[in-house]
Parts: sequence; structure tokens; C-alpha cells
Amino acid sequence: MSRDIDPITLAVLAGRMEQIADEMDATLFRAAFNPIIAEAHDASHGLYHAASGDTLVQGKSGLPIFVGVMSFAVKAVIDKAAADGDLADGDIYIFNDAHIGGTHLSDMRLVRPYFYKGELFCYLASVGHWHDVGGAVPGNYNPAATDAFQEAFVLPPVKLARAGQISQDIIDILLRNTRLPQSAEGDLNGQLGALDLGVKRMDELLSEYGTDTVSAALDAMGNRAEALMRAELTALPDGRWSAEDFLDNDGISDAALPICVSLEIKGDRMVLDFEGTAPRCAGPVNIALPTAVATAYVAIKHIFPSLPANAGVMRPVDVKVPEGSLLSAEFPAPVGGYTETILRMIDVIFSAASQAAPERVVANAYGTINALSIAGKRANGAPWVMFSFYGGGHGGSVESDGLNHGNAPISTATIPPMEILEAAYPVMFRQWALRPDSGGAGAHRGGMGAVYEIEVLEENGAEAFLFGERGRFAPQGVAGGGTGAMNVFSYEQDNGWLNPPLISKMRGIKLRQGQAVRLETPGGGGYGVASDRDPAAIARDVARGLVSPDRADTLYGPAWQEVDQ
Amino acid sequence: MSGRMIGVDVGGTFTDIFVLNEDDGTASVGKVPTTRPDQSGGFLAGMAAQVDDLSQLSVVVHGTTAGTNALLERKGAKAGVITTQGLRDVLEMRRRDRPRTWGLRGDFEPVVPRELRLEVPERTLADGSIRTAVDLQAVRDAAHALLEQGCEAVSILFANAYANPENEAAAVETVRAFWPNPHVSASHEILPEIREFERFSTTALNAYLQPEISGYLDRLQAALQSGGFDGEFMIVQSNGGVMAVDTACRFPVRTALSGPAAGVIAAGYIAQTAGFPDVITGDMGGTSFDVSLISGGKTVLSPETSIDFGMVVRTPMIEITTIGAGGGSISWVDKGGLLNIGPESAGSDPGPVAYGLGNDRPTVTDANVVLGRIDPDSPIGGKLKRLDVEAARIAIDTHVGQPLDLDTEQAAEAILRVANSRMAGAIRLVSIERGFDPKQFAFMPFGGGGALHAGAMMAEVGIARAIVPRYPGVTSAMGCVIADMRQDFVQTINTLVDHLDEAALARFMQDHTDTGMEMLDAARTRFQAREVTFELDMAYVGQTHTVPVPLTVSLTEGKVQAPTRADVIAAFDTAYHGIYGRLLDKGMRRILNLRSAVTGKRPKFDLSTLAPSGTVRIAPKNVRPVHFGSEWRDTAIYDRLSLPVGTVIKGPAILEQLDTTVLIEPGLSGRVDAYGNTIIEPAEGEV
Repeated sequence: MSRDIDPITLAVLAGRMEQIADEMDATLFRAAFNPIIAEAHDASHGLYHAASGDTLVQGKSGLPIFVGVMSFAVKAVIDKAAADGDLADGDIYIFNDAHIGGTHLSDMRLVRPYFYKGELFCYLASVGHWHDVGGAVPGNYNPAATDAFQEAFVLPPVKLARAGQISQDIIDILLRNTRLPQSAEGDLNGQLGALDLGVKRMDELLSEYGTDTVSAALDAMGNRAEALMRAELTALPDGRWSAEDFLDNDGISDAALPICVSLEIKGDRMVLDFEGTAPRCAGPVNIALPTAVATAYVAIKHIFPSLPANAGVMRPVDVKVPEGSLLSAEFPAPVGGYTETILRMIDVIFSAASQAAPERVVANAYGTINALSIAGKRANGAPWVMFSFYGGGHGGSVESDGLNHGNAPISTATIPPMEILEAAYPVMFRQWALRPDSGGAGAHRGGMGAVYEIEVLEENGAEAFLFGERGRFAPQGVAGGGTGAMNVFSYEQDNGWLNPPLISKMRGIKLRQGQAVRLETPGGGGYGVASDRDPAAIARDVARGLVSPDRADTLYGPAWQEVDQ
Repeated sequence: MSGRMIGVDVGGTFTDIFVLNEDDGTASVGKVPTTRPDQSGGFLAGMAAQVDDLSQLSVVVHGTTAGTNALLERKGAKAGVITTQGLRDVLEMRRRDRPRTWGLRGDFEPVVPRELRLEVPERTLADGSIRTAVDLQAVRDAAHALLEQGCEAVSILFANAYANPENEAAAVETVRAFWPNPHVSASHEILPEIREFERFSTTALNAYLQPEISGYLDRLQAALQSGGFDGEFMIVQSNGGVMAVDTACRFPVRTALSGPAAGVIAAGYIAQTAGFPDVITGDMGGTSFDVSLISGGKTVLSPETSIDFGMVVRTPMIEITTIGAGGGSISWVDKGGLLNIGPESAGSDPGPVAYGLGNDRPTVTDANVVLGRIDPDSPIGGKLKRLDVEAARIAIDTHVGQPLDLDTEQAAEAILRVANSRMAGAIRLVSIERGFDPKQFAFMPFGGGGALHAGAMMAEVGIARAIVPRYPGVTSAMGCVIADMRQDFVQTINTLVDHLDEAALARFMQDHTDTGMEMLDAARTRFQAREVTFELDMAYVGQTHTVPVPLTVSLTEGKVQAPTRADVIAAFDTAYHGIYGRLLDKGMRRILNLRSAVTGKRPKFDLSTLAPSGTVRIAPKNVRPVHFGSEWRDTAIYDRLSLPVGTVIKGPAILEQLDTTVLIEPGLSGRVDAYGNTIIEPAEGEV
């Protein structure tokens, strides 16, 4: 099938298909009810291979982690359809089972076979993070879950539509199992709309170019991605480097969990081996195997940002995940906190790669999603849930200091405006600010984390839940750079400010009206040794109040004091 | 009042002049080099070349990139911020984004550094209630501290000031009482809309621009007046409307896309007059290709744009999509053997290799020169005597031909194919994204270089025809003369429709109308008509993105007949159904913002007065070889402006004028229409 395609047609078709995925993203973002999709873009759309499920094309605005993980979701549908033997044009499968499709149960996946002139051509898929999918904790970040059932309802791949006929039964089941049925219905309709649009655009494309040419273009795009990846690897020295970091705990018992990697480069191939990583744990920082493989892809794409977003990139890469480890947990192990685990995987991959080629790698970013939910009932009895992720500092790089208050490497999500949150929920932010002295020292220092202090205004009070990390182990620097500040969570009670026993995770914190929680998020790690930092840059940081004079003296020595401002 | 109207567009390279004689409808155009850093030199020189006596002018309208340049080059004033306790870092924290999805590199510094962002005790809640009254002594102390630090401008940025401006208004009054200049901006005055980062950013950028832009406009106005000018001096806004110069001095952030917006306004008018209400414009300059879409004669407005990472401006502006593929964009081959265009650009100085001013890496213009598409003996703008073709060939050989194993002509063709493919991608994006099929549109190139690429755009995108305006190089200057006067207003309402205070909504609508009408009354220009439009941003409760809901509202002697709740519900249902194809049974409808626009329609001029008057068939002025595909072909060269109406010229041919080269590729033909535009279509008998 892989007939040659001229480079200009290839460029045109690659652009057209990316546009289709981008348009599907935009359709859902516009229609979605819940801010996690509409504002934070925690969703993704793409085209997937008809037989293997490999990611062919993915929208640019979707969440980076989904690039790799969605191929597993599509493959699960391919396997199910093969077993059932009843795949038809107009079918749409739906599921949230994270052990099959990766990530966590909040992510609702819709997978639709795309037929052209009666032949299966590829799959289209839409995934989005729903606001609530049942379980013990509103918003589904349950730090104390010991199995999947405490996290959410679990839906395996089932047909939401058969040959174009939507099953209202499935929708009724879904909407009865969420605390926010209207939000769920809005998101579901948005995802269906995105798939419809994808079908329409693919029809147009195939009628214009024909299936042979488009197939040839898809093959060529994968091959080109593979060739570029091989060229990148060849340019790096051969060798084997390892790195280790830790998760604070699993939310159940207070024991640190090692995450280990050894990175080997040999010619044009790479092996990532996670041997030494902690075994499956009781709490929700386990991840399923598809998530682990997809995470390796995200880390690689950050190290080689010009690589295209398709499965060809991973052909020269071997990802080895030890059986029984928390990186390949089986059903029904809880996986709700998967974000924390994969952020740590990315950190160790960066730390290992920095030993091979420091200039290619940025220091560790803040390394926790900090899922904080504050919930309660209004005077009229109506429930409310404010759920958001909070930002922190990025790592320094060979180019510059790390970004202050960035988003997580696995995401492109923006944070909702404070005023939107205050208008929607009975809270007030006493502080929404940078956290001085939180960036790791270095020739290029880490970016600053943030301080958010949130007061409850509702007479009935509220309950708070936090799922965070980096409370005991700081983000690492690279090439001799220092560590960023650790995560600090505090909450106000009648007897003053307290910290959770498990430092970065806690559920059911009761707050009265007028009491607050405070989240001080980590900064990024530094790049290069502190003694190489330009004294003028240190003096500027001090003048801006981003680095205190004492800390500047301790980290960098007194030379900055001689700089004329 | 009659006399002459003049439009002056100051671009990066040239200052363009368009003069319209209102008495007889005749027009003339001119072009001089832009002066830097002070653009007023070129402005005045260009006017002087067209008009002897400034007292003959009734209206001067200016499109300017001074604001954009000051933002991009970070050359605004030293400015300070006074803000709510706990929120000094909002400008620096942005919406927690990053410059690029992949790679995690890069940092960001806002235009106001942290040491100049000071906090004061005050707090308003989201419902508009005041939790902490503003401490005016703290405001005074903060303002004095900023003055001592040398700040020339200041902005007051308070939380939830959109819901209740009382604290912020008290603070701004206090500061204005002693601040030594008018450069004090308040967030509720600039943008009374929910979302603190967007409101603070727009306001802080306004303050940052104010000393620079108002100084520049004051200098221009003084120079005009000392030359005897006694008419109206107006500035083009990013929304494609004009405003009085004193409004521009207060709201300089509204000029962020002034020049490009004027170009789109003119392009829309020209296209509609020529019978093509659906058109995609492509402005090719030295560093970028700017694409905009006009459907049914209407431009598309977008609510906000990022001038650069983290520099968000939220004012209505004509939606223009920019890609880094201009005439000066540098072409290079990457490690994977792929040919790339830009984003690095040689701009106009040093410019393409053929300019001989020091750049030795090949640009898109160099490819056009090497292929014979641009005449090396009469380069545009008149700054140079002759282009250095040999140097351009060497650069293309060295940087593209040798790495890709192509000969010079093949390498130059490859540069154009990749550049064209990127430009076509931008055209497809702006149309498909909004649900339009680009094949249904005409393509209108303007700017100096666009008309060389019209045929390629037709082929790549499948567009049926291109329309090249008679004076493509001065389109933005013409737009200055055509644009209506317009002021946009926004007010966050944030209520369920069921709880809507109809009287309060009516008061906001009336207030917007009155303020807009006062502005029109104060103007000394003529209006053919006045128009007020209202729109609500609405959604169902729980939905984040709003839909624009146009309201049909009648105005009786300036009094707004405000809509009822039932009117609002009906309008929302129509708009929502139009976008999503369904309504939600149990959904509660919510109003977020009111948006109003007051427009004074300025008289349009008859474009046919620009048409050529001759009737004699014109012969080619010469023939030169031009490279197409894989061969050199003898190509007839015409003096474009002397071709009479109705002339049809078959490609390959080149039509030349002072500042533009129109390329008619083999298989296409060019026809001169009744307005002097050139319509490029597939030649008869060919597909």
C-alpha cells in the first residue's frame, strides 16, 4: 500500500488532517459544559489506524498525554469489535475503564469506526475529562481510594450507538451515575458533535484525494516521524544513564515510593527501563500500562519538540515496565492519581537524559497537578463543587530561567480566571501570587511556584479535598542546578493553621465560613551550577522580591550586592 | 464641509498615502519610506508630497503600527500598577499557560516589572458587594512611590471592578488628582468585563503605550495644525473603525492592529463593489502574510488577541491570522533535509540578498527575483537602483540548492512551493475554522508582494478567481478614508435571565448609546447614517463558552427601547439553535456580558473614479524570460496602470506598477474590470 507520495502533496495532506483533528477539538471546547474541557482543554481528538489503533494524527490543542494513550483505547475497541464480530458503520463505542484505555476514570472515551464507501478506513476518537463520574469524592480525585469502585463508576467499552442509532439506555445509566448530569450531558453531546464533524471532514478529504493517496500520506507521515526520531537518537552519545525519584506516599500509608528509570541509547534506538520502581500500592497513584507507555512518549516529545505527533516516533523506542510495579497495575487497582505518577516518570526521564545531553533537557517542573476540590451546599441546599488544578514553576534550561507559574508538562491546560471562580462559587481568593524563593538555584534558575489562599464565604461552610505530591521530595535541577521548593498545603481551623498528616493528600477537611486553605506550589529545578549565574540577574531577582537577600547570599554568594541597579 | 480627505498608513517599510478629492471623487496615491524611530517624519513628508496646502484638507485619517511596534519591541513607557492586596502577580502569572506546547522552554516578563506592581488594601466580591473599602492613603502612598521610581504611567487594577467599580473609581480619582500627566488607566474604564488577567493585561498595556502613543499623536497633530490644517484628525482602531485623536490618546491599546484592520476594510469594500462579497484577503509584507475573511461583505471581529506570549489585548479587533511567511522570510534546510521558510526574516533592512544591504541568506523575494518574476532594474520603493540577481542566485545555491541537490531554478521554485503551501494553509484555516468552504471565496492579495502569489493560491486552495485591486500597495491607506467611525462597549452583567433586571440592562444600553452618540456629535466629519447594535454574550448555566446573541432594539429619538426578558429568551434560542442545532429542555439561560457598538457611517466614494480612462489597446512594454515549473518562457511585461478597462491578457504575463508586480501564470488570464481591478481567472478554453 505504501506507494510514493510527492512531498508537497504530503505536506498539504498532513496539514489538512491536522486541521480536521484541530476542528474536532474546537467543536468540543465550544460545546462543553464543564470548565475542565472548555477552559482547561483536558480533552483530545485524533485519527487512529484501522488495524493497529496507532495514533495517525492528533489535534494540536489536546492534552499531550492523550497522544500516546488514545491508541490503546482505540485498540481496545478494535479487539472488542473483532471478538464480537459486529462492527458497523455508524457505531460509536463509549468507555472510561482506565485499565483498558489508560489515564483515569474521569476521562470518557468515544471511539467511532470511520467507513468510506463501505470500507473501514480508520477510527476517530474523542476523549474528555468529565466533571464528575460518581465514586466517593466529588470530582473523583479520591486520595484514599483503595480500588477503582471508590473512584468512580466503571464503564467498559460498550456501544453507545449501533449503526447510527444512539442508545438512550446507555445515556440514562451514565446520567444517573454522576453528581452533575447536566454537565455530563453537555459534554457527551459535544463529543458526539466532534465525531460527526470528523466524519464529515474525512468524507470531503477522501472524495477529493481518494483513499490510496490519503493512506500513502498517513504511511509516509509515520515513516518520516520514525526517521526523524532515529536521526535524533543517532546524534546523541551511546550509553546508559539512570535516575531515581520518589512519590511522597500513596494516600493510604506514609511510605515513599521510588520511581526509577535507566535510559539506554545505542545507535538509533532507545530503551527506557523502569526496573526498580515500587510495586503496586494500595492507594490511587498506580497507573495502567497504556498510561506508562504514553508517558514515555510525552517525555520524548519534550526533549525533541520538533518531532511530529504520531506513533512513528515510538518505533525505535522500547519501553520496559516491570510486571507487578505500580506502573502496570491491573484492574481494579485505583489509578485516580495517575497524573502525579506520570509527572514523576517524566522527571526521572529528564534527569537521566540530562546526563547524556544536558542542553537538550529542562530541569524538573513543579511535578504535581495539585487537584484541589472545595465543595458544599448553598443556603438553598444546592450542591457546589469547585475543582481545579493549580500551577507551579518550570525548570531552567540552557536558554533561560524557568517559566513562573506554568502548566504541567502533561497538559496545556490554562487555569480558570479567579473572577470566574469567585462568580461561580462562594469563595474568595485572599492571595493569587507568585511564591518567592521557590525556584531552584542555577545558572538559569527554576521558575517560581504560586501561593493560592482561598477563603470559604458560604454560611454552611465547606469540605476540601487535595490530591498533590512533591511534599517530601523537591523537583530536581539538571546539569548541577539546585532543587525547587516543595509543595506546602495548609488549612485553617479554629485552633490555627494545620498541615495534613500525609503532607500532600487529604480528604474531608471541614472548613467554616471565613476559614481558608492555602496552597504553596513547588518551583522548578535550576539549570547549571549556581556559581555560573550572572550577578545582575541575581540582583534583579532580589529587587523584584522573587529571591530574598538572605537566600541570594546563601545560594550564590555576595557578588550580586556589587551590581549597580 | 468639503475638500480633500487623506489616509496615511505607516507600515514597517513604507508610508502610504491615499488622497480623495470629495468634490470630484478623484483620488491619488503616494508612497514614501517610513522613518524610524519617529514615524512622524515620513508621515509629514508623504503628505507634503501630495498636498501643498494643509488647509485644503477636511479629514486626515491615520493607520499606525506605532502601538504594535512598541509592544513587540517592548518600547513602551516605564509604567506602574496599583492593585488589590494579594494580586500583584496576576500580570506575571497569566492564565498559567506556556509559550509552546512541547519543550517547556522560555520565560516571560510582563511589561510592568514586579517592583513596580504595588498592592493596597481593598476588596470587592463577585456579587459587587464591598468587603474592604479602598484605603485611599495607601493608594496615594503607592502612587507617590511609583512616581519616585520614575513611572510615567500607572494603571489601577482591582479585583471584581467589573461588578462594582466603586473602589477602583475612588482610587483612580485620588491618583488623577496629583498624577502629573493624563496617563492613568483604570481597569473598569478600559474593559468592564469579568476575567481579571485579560482585563488587567489590556489595562496595563494601555498605560504602557499611553505616553509613547499620545506623544506621537500630539506631535503629528501639532505639525498638522502649524501647517494650517483645521479639519478632523482621526485614528484607525483594531476593530476597523476610526476614532478621534483624543480618544486614541486615552485608549492607545485600541490601535494595536490599526494598520492591518484598515487594509481589510478597504479590501472588503473593493471586493463587494466589484461583485465579490465573499473574499479572503492576503496581505504579504516583508515578514508576514496576514489573512482575513470577509463573508457577505462583513468582516469578522475577534474579542481578543495575544500580541506576543502573555501580552493579551482584549478589545474587539478584525480577525487577522498571521503566519511568518513574507517576502523577507529566510529559507533554510533543516537537519532532516526539509526545506523551511521563516520564521526568521530579513525584513526590509537588510532585506533580501538582492538588496545588497548585508543579508546573505536567501528569502522568498530572492526566489522571485531569480526566477525573473521581479524586474531587477526597477525595484519597488525607489530606494535602490538595481537588484543584485547574481548574489541572490549564489545565496539560493549555497543554502538550498546544494543541500538538496537542486539547480538554482529548481531550488528557487522549491522555496516558492513551500512558501505558497504555508500561505495556502493559512487561507484554508481561516475559512474552514469558521465553517466556510474557501472554494466559494475570491482571493484578494494586497501589500507589495501578494499579487506574485495569487495564481499559486488559486491552484493550492482551489479558489476560482483572484482580484487584485488597482492600488494593492496602498490598500490600508485607502481603508483609512473608507472606514466608519465606531466605538465598542462592553459591560459584564452576569445574571440568570430569570433574574434579569430589565431596567438595569436598559440603563447600560442607554449609557453606551449616549456615550457613543456624544462621540459622533463631537466629530467634525460627516455621517451618512448612525447605527447602534447590541449583543449579549449568553450561555446555559454550567456552560463555559458563550454565544453572541444579537438583540433587535429600536431607538426612538436616541432613547433605547430595551428588550424584555421574553425578547432576550427568544433571541438566545434563535442564536443558540443556529450554532448548536438544538436547545436544552431544562437549561437555565444566563447572560454574561452586554456588548454595544455605535457606528457613524462615513460617505463612501465611487471606486470607478479610480478606473483607467484610456481605451487604446496597450502593447507589452517589453518581453523577458520568466521561469515557470521547469522552463524559462518569454513573458510579456505590461505597464499595468495604462491597461484600459476590458483588457484581457493571457498568461504567462507580468503586469507592473510602481509598488506591485502582478504575475499571471500560464493557463490563467487577467481581465481589467470597470474599477481598474485585475481579475485573474483560468484562461478561456483551459481548466
